[in-house]
Amino acid sequence: MNKPSQTTDMIKPVSGEDGISLADLNAAVTRQSGAAAPTRANMLRHLAYILKSNPMTLIAFILFALMLVAALLGPLITPYDPLKSSVADALQAPSLAHWFGTDDLGRDVFSRVLMATRLDLAIAFSAVAISFVFGSIIGSLSGYYGGWLDKVTGRIIDTIMAFPLFVLAMGIVAALGNSVENIVYATAIVNLPFYARMARAEVNVRRDAGFVQAARLSGNGDIRILATQIFPNALPPMMVQISLNLGWAILNAAGLSFIGLGVSPPTPEWGIMVAEGARYIVSGEWWLALFPGAVLMLAVFTFNMLGDGLRDLVDPRQRS
Amino acid sequence: MNALVEVKDLSVDFSTRNGVVHAVRDVSFSLMKGQTLGIVGESGSGKSVTSYTLMRILDQAGYISGGSVSFGGMDIGNASEKNMVLLRGREISMVFQNPRSALNPIRKVGQQIEDVLCQHLQATRHDAKQKAIDVLRQVRINNPGERYHAYPFELSGGMCQRIVIALALACRPQLMIADEPTTGLDVTTQKAVMDLMAELTRERNMATILITHDLGLAAAYCDHLIVMKDGEVVEAADAKSLFQNPQHPYTKKLIRATPRSSGTIRELLPEDTKVPALAVSTPNAGKSEAILTVENLVKEYPLKSTSSTKHPKAEARPVFRAVDDISFIVGRGECVGLVGESGCGKSTTSSMIMRLLNPTSGSLIFDGSEIANMPAKTFAKSPLRTKLQMVFQDPTDSLNPRFTASRSIADPLMRMGQLKSRRQMRDRVQELAELVGFPAHLLDRFPHQLSGGQKARVGIARAISVNPELLVLDEPTAALDVSVQAVVLNLLVDLKARLGMSYLFVSHDLSVVRLLCDRVIVMRGGKIVEQGECDQVLENPADPYTRELLNAIPHPAFD
Repeated sequence: MNKPSQTTDMIKPVSGEDGISLADLNAAVTRQSGAAAPTRANMLRHLAYILKSNPMTLIAFILFALMLVAALLGPLITPYDPLKSSVADALQAPSLAHWFGTDDLGRDVFSRVLMATRLDLAIAFSAVAISFVFGSIIGSLSGYYGGWLDKVTGRIIDTIMAFPLFVLAMGIVAALGNSVENIVYATAIVNLPFYARMARAEVNVRRDAGFVQAARLSGNGDIRILATQIFPNALPPMMVQISLNLGWAILNAAGLSFIGLGVSPPTPEWGIMVAEGARYIVSGEWWLALFPGAVLMLAVFTFNMLGDGLRDLVDPRQRS
Repeated sequence: MNALVEVKDLSVDFSTRNGVVHAVRDVSFSLMKGQTLGIVGESGSGKSVTSYTLMRILDQAGYISGGSVSFGGMDIGNASEKNMVLLRGREISMVFQNPRSALNPIRKVGQQIEDVLCQHLQATRHDAKQKAIDVLRQVRINNPGERYHAYPFELSGGMCQRIVIALALACRPQLMIADEPTTGLDVTTQKAVMDLMAELTRERNMATILITHDLGLAAAYCDHLIVMKDGEVVEAADAKSLFQNPQHPYTKKLIRATPRSSGTIRELLPEDTKVPALAVSTPNAGKSEAILTVENLVKEYPLKSTSSTKHPKAEARPVFRAVDDISFIVGRGECVGLVGESGCGKSTTSSMIMRLLNPTSGSLIFDGSEIANMPAKTFAKSPLRTKLQMVFQDPTDSLNPRFTASRSIADPLMRMGQLKSRRQMRDRVQELAELVGFPAHLLDRFPHQLSGGQKARVGIARAISVNPELLVLDEPTAALDVSVQAVVLNLLVDLKARLGMSYLFVSHDLSVVRLLCDRVIVMRGGKIVEQGECDQVLENPADPYTRELLNAIPHPAFD
């Protein structure tokens, strides 16, 4: 009986911290004297303003913080060992001892869902990071230089987008081999065109802006202009894309696992758990599929909501 | 006679992130039929908000917080939205600042006029086209039958503004509100558009409200003027007495700041400003040595080839000559004005001189070296780069929105300056800020947190940071309010005397050029039509085009 209360205690300080810490940190930073303090305090005040002005963003940030905690602490906070089976406890309905019930091997579903956060977030973050970096580089270069580079990369990207993306990802994983890394690469490749196109458009409209010409007159080379002057201005819309893409990437990874590609049992992963649980829905053990599915949905929802907040955060024009 | 428009103690508030902003406070005026009222003020004075309130097209955040607006006896403040829809366009109509953005880009202009006519039941499907063509004819558009089928992008800026006026006048409204109708148009086009508006107003006995920042323009075309500042009316009088006998200090300051056909650059500043006397200019210095010699400079752009004009040989392809064989000299310590209307090639010329653009042919000798054939990359690394700098037209566009003011100023120093330590850099940036009169405590701000004049100063500080010898100024004050323009122009004059720079001042505004420049070059269609000493060219223009430009500058009839 003491297990659940322990978990509640674990969750409470987290959400409480997120609410209070901003003001505290703000005050703490302001108290520090020094050159860097005012800007950092401004940043935090700005974050506080964004969270206050948009309650959806606040909810998204709280959920995101919870997910990060689950991913980072992982095995430290799971009430049971997510891999330990115990046939005596098999297929128990949700109860105070087992919040999300147990599966056919008697493993605690809550612990498994919690544990899966680390893997799913890791896949999503690394896939998005790869597609963001390479997509931005390709898109920025073709948007800035134009010409044949733009034409060639543009057509390659069109070709990638011509495939149904999930089928393409399936094909890539099937061809490269069934492993977590390959899920990451496949997800990165299908997401890359979005970044490349967006970076191209954002860079292209600023190529001849006054401040870019001024930078040229200041003796900046092309690559420096691209990296320090133009690209940072393309960041705000890219942040929205990153956040949306994190949601897609999680769905994509879970989808691949669901059909048996990539992550293999008994590793806890939301997609596999839904796939395994699906078999038991007909016989009435609904909790096996419902909870991992619900958490998956919540994660995607969080990332979709996070986008606007992130954009406002990286755009200095939103600061006053 | 009853007033058509009666505004009493009008206040408009906006609720924003930083609390309530009182955009308009206790404004009162009235307007009879057949009269033209000018609302004059600088940006942020509330003049546009006042006029938007008349049509009740304020932003969602804005609301009337006091006073009343009545139009022909009807209370606009409390009218239903349904009545306002009937009123807008039919009884009150509006001409917007940027004619291109006011027109739907993918619809024929004739159809756009038909839309307005049909919306207000002024035409049926059968006679709409004929009526639209009639309206086009009334705004003096040649070949209205043909122009009916034109898309906005096929028409010039002045033509587009005529279409917008045609749209505004199609339903024969009683009141027309023109919000900066000629800002962004050339002076000759401005004159044509304003004359047309004045004539139509007289013909139809309409009331017109002209909103403008240009006192000269307002005085030339309005019966009554009200001057607004920070949301309040500071002075209201008929045009003549306001111009000749201004009462309020702000009106006096505005009138002084407006460049006229006489007076010196110092007279633009308010009377009590303490400034050092103008350095005696030494025009002879210019003749002794040329810092920049431009010879037979040409820039050609290939025209879009159609199937009939496609030629196998490159030299046979049709080209557009943006700059057509021009030659001139800028002497050391001299200020040369390059004047012309949009599309005359003056900006192309300055871009080529800055080596942001490669000339097709011709030679550019800067400080003894031929730079026309130098590849842009080589030039960027050459020590000559520091000696040739530029101040851009739009202070907002030319500052990176993600760079603070000090970072923007420091950028050329970091790339080309010899300063190595952070401390030296910071000292130099502060020194430059002081030199251009930019408050040091604002150095950590981003461009969107600065006013237009402050941004202009940042742009100037950046350009002079590496001690250039020739500064190309591309309409540096075009986007600024007149009083700010006055200060910036004076700053430029002082900097030139202090730092011994030469200026190439690119502008469309002859009255500004007269104040600043020793010599002037007038361009049209890529060619130089006239060049000579500033006084001589402006007093006794030899070319008819120069004369036309001079005549088009709005002068009050009584001035």
